[in-house]
Parts: sequence; C-alpha cells; structure tokens
Amino acid sequence: MEATHSDERWQGQRAQPWLIRLTHWLNVPLLLLMAGSGLQIFAAYPALGPRGALYGWYPWQEIPPPAWARFGGWLAGGRHWHFALGWWLVLNGVLYLGYMAARGEWRRRLFLPRRDTRNVLLMLAYYLRLRRTPPLTDLYNGLQRLAYSAILVVAVVEVLSGLAISKPVQLWWLGRLFVGYDGARVVHLLGLGLLTLFAAVHLVMVMLHPRAILTMLTGGKHA
Amino acid sequence: MPNLITRRQFTATVATGALLATGQTVRAQAGFLRWMGRWNEQVERFVFGADRSAAELPPSAMTPVDAFPSYFISDTMPIAPAGWSLKVGGLVARPTTFSLAQLQQMPRTDMRVRHYCVEGWSAVASWHGVRLRDVADIVGADPQAPYVEFRSFDAGYWSSWDRASALHKQTILAYGMHGLPLTPAHGAPLRLYAAVKLGYKMVKYLTEVNFLPERTGGYWEDQGYEWFAGV
Repeated sequence: MEATHSDERWQGQRAQPWLIRLTHWLNVPLLLLMAGSGLQIFAAYPALGPRGALYGWYPWQEIPPPAWARFGGWLAGGRHWHFALGWWLVLNGVLYLGYMAARGEWRRRLFLPRRDTRNVLLMLAYYLRLRRTPPLTDLYNGLQRLAYSAILVVAVVEVLSGLAISKPVQLWWLGRLFVGYDGARVVHLLGLGLLTLFAAVHLVMVMLHPRAILTMLTGGKHA
Repeated sequence: MPNLITRRQFTATVATGALLATGQTVRAQAGFLRWMGRWNEQVERFVFGADRSAAELPPSAMTPVDAFPSYFISDTMPIAPAGWSLKVGGLVARPTTFSLAQLQQMPRTDMRVRHYCVEGWSAVASWHGVRLRDVADIVGADPQAPYVEFRSFDAGYWSSWDRASALHKQTILAYGMHGLPLTPAHGAPLRLYAAVKLGYKMVKYLTEVNFLPERTGGYWEDQGYEWFAGV
C-alpha cells in the first residue's frame, strides 16, 4: 500500500488545514438552511411527478415536510433563501475543491480505487466483526475516503439538478440529463436524502471518535 | 439634516409595522436577500435566450384536461363584461382597442409546452392565440419601452414583464385551450400564455397591455415573489 499521510509531502502539515476547517464549518449552517428552505419550497407541492400523473412508486405523495424542518416562512421566503444561499454553498464547495487540487490534499482525502479498495474491504470486515483489528490507516481509512468522495458527487448532482429545476427551458440540456423537470425534482429530493444520511452517519462517527471534532477545530498536530 | 433622519426613522417604523402586519412578505425585500435577489435577476436575464424556444410536446404528453389547475383571486369566477375588448397602449405609436374577433383574424399560433408553477408542479396543455410580438408590431410599440404590463378584470390581478420575454415567439395572447375557446376557469376571453415564465406571470382575464418605460410590479410580485420569474 502506498504511504500517504506518512509521506514527506505532509511533513509539517496539519491534519486539517485552516481552509478545510473553514469550509467544513461553513457547510453546517449553509447545508441546514438550504435543506430547510428547500423543504419549505417542497411543501408548496409535496409530491413527485407532474399534475395528473404522480409517480406511483413514491410513498409520501401529498405529505408535506414537518414545519420544524422548514425555513423561510412561506414559499416566496423559502425561494429567496434557497436561491441566495445556494451561491454561497457552491462558492464554499469550489473553494474546498480548489484548495484540494492546488495543495494535493485530494491524495490523502479522496478515494482512489487501486489504493483504497483493499482497505475498504478490510475496514468493512472489521465493522462486521469478521476481523478483530482495523487495517493500518493514515489520515483516513478507505471507507472514509469512499464516503467523502461519494458525497462530493452527490453535492455536484444536487447543484445540477437544482439548476435544471430552476431553469427547465433555458438550461434544457441539464433537464435532459435528469429526464426532464419532474425527474430533476426526484433527483434533487433524493440528493437531500443522501446528504441527510451522510450527515447522520458522520455525526454518529464523530460522537464515537470525539477527538476528530477537536482536530477539525484546531487543525490537529503538525505531522 | 435632522429632517432626513426623522424621515428615515419614520420609514423604518412603517417598514417594521408592515413586517409585523404582513408576516413574512417584507423580509424578502431586506438587506442580504434583496441584494442576492438582484444578483439572481441579473443571472436570470443573462441565461435568458431571446431566440431559445421551449420544446413543443406531443399530444401524448398532455395533462388530463381536468387535472390542469386553474385559479383566480376574485371571490367568484370572473366573467368578461359585455362588450369586452383589449386595450393596448402606453409607449406605442397607435394605441388600439382590439375586439376578440379582430385578434382571431390575426395569424394564429398553436403551442403545447410544459407549464411550470412556482409551487413546483408542471403540467401540459395546448394553447392557441396571437403572438404578442405581432400585436406589438400593429400598435407600433416604442423600442424605448423595456417593460410590458398586463392588467385584468380578476379583482385587479396584474403583472409586468421584461420586453424580451414578452416579445418571445412563444408568448401569446391565448383565446383557446385544447383546440376550443378558452373557458372562464382558464381566463376567458383572453389570457397571457408563455413558455418562458412561471405560471403566475401569465395574467388571465386580460383587459390591458401597456408598453412602459419603467418597471412596475404585479399581484404576486408585490407580495415578495420574484419579478423576473423566468424558467
């Protein structure tokens, strides 16, 4: 296995550099408010599928999201917040990706199949109690890398499907990617579900490993 | 300058009062959201393509006739007054009043495109009528008028548009739906229909079209919904 964190590339580098920490914590309010304002918008037509042809497979047709999960007060308020904060969330993501690319951080954070697949399997075996000890890992194990990479794909798809819903005529080619406007709404809501699932698992994991919270606040020790 | 400060304080008081009275509507006009709203409108104008058309859909894509929603803001279904006509004026060379028959004698445009409501639903119907750009040519709309305002007999429902969207080739004054004359539920005798705007911009029960030098508001727009509302 190729060494990564122990690589001399990371000598003197903190586990969580300041820009990673900044963008990480900005995600907390931004994602919460985007989810809340998105659900406020969804509450105006809490259904999937066009009028007169709702999708049969969706079990919660016409059931609005609960009031506590909404933000913005009413439809127009939800729209204003959603379309305002969306830009900042995208900007935050671009900063994060740009930093990872410029500093080579992606090498120790993203999932590279040839390097990490074996580690993913060993880690899974450990979690399933098929193995007594976790595999040797550096900054992140393979499963973490897989999760942190997959969620970036979800985030990009979430932005694209949102644009497709917002401008189905002007950005018709994006709509085609999601099999039209109502397809894009499905993908956009599914993306929210996956982001929520990710956040829930993430919260459980950091509660089991509270030191990670400290590292994400202070940056951690210099390697 | 003490007067100015007093006036500002007065305005702030009125604004706060309005906020308390109407709940959320004023919030959309304030600070950060107002600023971002302006930015978003610039983006909407930028992505709008005057020559880009929405896809014309096959009959199989149609929403069941009864499932196509309709609404009005009056207490009861608005019915056209006897002797109804459409006034087209403002910055035009020849202010003109059109009868329905006169509009129907003009070249007819048919379209079947997807309708997008601000609430999030979509639906498809066929519409026919006369292109607003043809009407603009007849009255000699001044190129210096960048805005177009639409008024109705539905308890004062109204809206205003940017000129480019109003004169788009898929923006029509519709007098028919599903190949039949427009019904009162859908805005008879004449309504605005377009492929490039959200549903609330498409004023039903039309009475007036005015070409204007200044931008005005609208029924939903004045309550806090986006003014441009392109799709």
